Amino acid sequence: MDTIFALATAQGRAGVAVIRISGEQSDVAARRLMDSVPPARGVRRLFDLDGVHLDESLILNFPSGRSFTGEPVIELHLHGSLAVVAAVLRVLGDDPDLRMAEAGEFTRRAMENGKLDLAQVEGLADLIDAETEGQRRQALRVLDGALGLLAEDWRRKLLRAAALIEATIDFADEDVPFDVAPEVIELVQSVGTSLRAEAAGVIFAERLRNGFEVAILGSPNVGKSTLLNRLAGREAAITSEIAGTTRDVIEVKMDLDGLPVTLLDTAGLRETNDVVESIGIERAISRARSADLRVVLREIGKESPIELESGDIIVDAKADLNGGVGVSGATGQGVDDLIAQITDILRSRVGTIGVAMRERHRIAMLQAIDYLDSVQVALENGGFMEDLVAEDIRSAGRSIDSLLGRIDVEDILGEIFSSFCIGK
Amino acid sequence: MKHFDVVVIGGGHAGTEAALAASRMGAQTALVTLSTETIGVMSCNPAIGGLGKGHLVREIDALDGVMGRVADAAGIQFRLLNRKKGPAVQGPRAQADRKLYREAMQGEINSAENLDVIIGEAVDLMMDEGRVVGLLLADGSEVKARTVILTTGTFLRGVIHIGDVAKSGGRMGEKPSIKMAERLDEFGLPLGRLKTGTPPRLDGRTINWSILEMQPGDDDPTLFSFLSKKVTAPQISCGITHTNEQTHEIIQKNLNRSAMYGGHIEGVGPRYCPSIEDKVVRFADKTSHQIFLEPEGADDYTVYPNGISTSLPIDVQVDYVNSIVGLESAKILQPGYAIEYDYIDPRALKPTLELRDILGLFLAGQINGTTGYEEAAAQGLVAGLNAARQAKQGDPIYFERRHSYIGVMIDDLTTRGVSEPYRMFTSRAEFRLSLRADNADQRLTDWGRDIGCVGDDRWSSFSKKRDGIEKIRKEMASITFSARQIAGLGVKLSPDGPKRTALDALSLNDFDFDSIETLLGHTPMGTPDIQQQVKNDALYAHYIARQAKDIAALERDEKHVLPVDLNYAKIVGLSNELVQKLQRVQPKDVAQAGRIDGMTPAGLMLIVAWLKRQKLAKTGS
Repeated sequence: MDTIFALATAQGRAGVAVIRISGEQSDVAARRLMDSVPPARGVRRLFDLDGVHLDESLILNFPSGRSFTGEPVIELHLHGSLAVVAAVLRVLGDDPDLRMAEAGEFTRRAMENGKLDLAQVEGLADLIDAETEGQRRQALRVLDGALGLLAEDWRRKLLRAAALIEATIDFADEDVPFDVAPEVIELVQSVGTSLRAEAAGVIFAERLRNGFEVAILGSPNVGKSTLLNRLAGREAAITSEIAGTTRDVIEVKMDLDGLPVTLLDTAGLRETNDVVESIGIERAISRARSADLRVVLREIGKESPIELESGDIIVDAKADLNGGVGVSGATGQGVDDLIAQITDILRSRVGTIGVAMRERHRIAMLQAIDYLDSVQVALENGGFMEDLVAEDIRSAGRSIDSLLGRIDVEDILGEIFSSFCIGK
Repeated sequence: MKHFDVVVIGGGHAGTEAALAASRMGAQTALVTLSTETIGVMSCNPAIGGLGKGHLVREIDALDGVMGRVADAAGIQFRLLNRKKGPAVQGPRAQADRKLYREAMQGEINSAENLDVIIGEAVDLMMDEGRVVGLLLADGSEVKARTVILTTGTFLRGVIHIGDVAKSGGRMGEKPSIKMAERLDEFGLPLGRLKTGTPPRLDGRTINWSILEMQPGDDDPTLFSFLSKKVTAPQISCGITHTNEQTHEIIQKNLNRSAMYGGHIEGVGPRYCPSIEDKVVRFADKTSHQIFLEPEGADDYTVYPNGISTSLPIDVQVDYVNSIVGLESAKILQPGYAIEYDYIDPRALKPTLELRDILGLFLAGQINGTTGYEEAAAQGLVAGLNAARQAKQGDPIYFERRHSYIGVMIDDLTTRGVSEPYRMFTSRAEFRLSLRADNADQRLTDWGRDIGCVGDDRWSSFSKKRDGIEKIRKEMASITFSARQIAGLGVKLSPDGPKRTALDALSLNDFDFDSIETLLGHTPMGTPDIQQQVKNDALYAHYIARQAKDIAALERDEKHVLPVDLNYAKIVGLSNELVQKLQRVQPKDVAQAGRIDGMTPAGLMLIVAWLKRQKLAKTGS
């Protein structure tokens, strides 16, 4: 049976994240991260393969027959930071002998090894359903937008590549194009390049490295920069009584309750004839749109100057002057509430499941890249075997199934029949 | 009155293979047919095998079935398709002499033990408490049987269309079995409607062969049966011609007179075998389509023009045929037609091809929504083996996806159903690299011997080959070559790499037994077919190892056998949608349940948990 691993805690709110490794290779797997695995329990410093220190963590070692799944299990109790969890998952995921557990797989193993009271199973099934649903939503969310378009493109191209090769195999004596290699190479190359860029973290890992972007918006002189400085704990932005002081976007990186966040202070939104200021306003709007979250400082009784997305925060500005309603950068009033609100929203959007999902995606993409590379090498060298190339394309397709939804043989046949006139 | 273990209705490809399989299993078997003349008739094109299909024939042969041997005896042109591609996707194919095929098949039937042929029309089934106990013939006589296999092809409410003329019928000139259809209606089985078509048959003496490109068979023919040694029938070539713009114009102009485009047909046709009307409409930018002119026999002047099946009226058929190069004055012997027929949703079947709701009644062939002789014969084999087993109170015989194309087909049919006439393709088999035509015997004959359907002759010939393979494999594993030696032969390999055994080296694309001979300076042992087998196995070894994990997971799930007639509504927590799907398919194990469209991990776990609980309850803990 494979050795599997996954994040076992659903949300990192408690500050501890548990990664569980189960299977015969658990010990080998754990030793990728630490010098020695404690026989029962102990604290260990965790490192990645380059020797970079990741975390100091409590390790629990359960022998076969006395663990949750019945198999040898090692649990890593990490400090619940997204970055740490992601880094540890990555080290484990890079081991070809390990794989990320499927939804419910720990539970299923536990049950098969007689470790679960059967009465518990029905309740657990609901949990798994929720987990699956959570992953599905997460995948949808990740795929919604620019990456979604890319993913659709990968799917379409892989389907086409598979259909081309399969057509030459299954319909060899029919009217199908003879040499499909050039088109397949082009397709595979383009998917490979794009996957490589994604897997390298252009979208997924970037968030973890650079954090989430939170834009502060509002009309001129409502105190955006004052609020930023208060949050940052230093004078990051110039403040003055003069409306329109902030003209460019100012970024401040900070840690908000464990989440890496980049705060963006923007030019106040208003109609203006000042060319420089209007460029600043344009920039403010465009950065705000691409940010993960927008916090709008509103003058009491006025509408938001920008269209909001669901989940965005609106607070009343200058609480110190308004009898305590809202937030004030100057006095710090309401700031703790605002921080709690921001971190709540960010966490709920990209909780620790999200990190696991991203790691799952990355692993899947790397596998797909491997398969596509071998397709490309075979096709470019010539003298390849179509059935092996087809197998690799299929495997690549399966690897990104979790990302794109299943590519079924019926889809491939459909593509063949709609592209080529089959039938003597 | 004689009491049979197995009675097979229909003498087509499913029926003959079913009857012979049951008789090999030692069951008292009867084959009921309208006339002995129609046993083993090829109603569509006179060819056997091809990609995926050739694999099926090899598997039937590996289980000592007859289709391969009969096709070898009748073959008038043998071609191994995909000869230049990997051995996993090579498929043997042959043009068959229609008459020789029929005669060889009738010979097999007549010489089989425990097998009676009954001439008559089966009009009704005899039932006893939801179980089939025999059948009634049109002349009023009864035939008692423990199990019945229905292989009535397109006879279920078959309607033939030529242009706007429609009449009920099975094959051209045969009567459809309306009464049997009504009986099946009473069972309330889920039905669907499909269509298929044939081209007009041409008089070969009126074809101008001299101006046509001709396609001969292979120089070294690849036969179907592992037992066949050589070609016996005289060999011929097929002609190749093409439709042209004039042909397309004629068809385009008369589209509204086509049964299909005139709105007379509701059944769904196969996408991979479109009529010429379909081709012209759907691929309007193509100005020409290829046609193979396939002689139906060495001493038969009928020619089957493969590629122009149609449901246009006869006068239009004449016009478009005569517009084609080489066919300018070709005479039509029998017009092309489309046929619509009922099929039974195969999800109503168990993986043994027994109807879930009617004990003892098995269905095989086109009636289950498939197309093709090979698909039909393979189902006949499955139904025949299982009917015989059941008659003798034995356990069911299951074909698994990872062991055979037959298993792939049975699982596709019974788990997913069909939406068009089902045809085998190699791409349907996820374990395609291990399910090769060349190793069908290595995969199945041993198993078939255990089942009891493999006779002594085949067993001894198989055992010899298996031992030969084992011996060579051992020897090849004991010889080592340096990378420099191997690279020296022109094989793509770094000469500085590690040394490897001859067996490992065989996994390299351009390293074969000739290379070994060169390096050793003497001929390695083994016959060419044994060497080929060892080479092919080595070629895929790396990929097959990669699939081992998938197979382990499958095997784990197959161990969780689900009881027959499990009421899924009783399993708390399953969604209504899943309950309905599971009820319809009634999967035989958790692996099959997992392949049902829309199945979730949580759903599977609930099922496994339910199973565990039942087991605990039984053992009383």
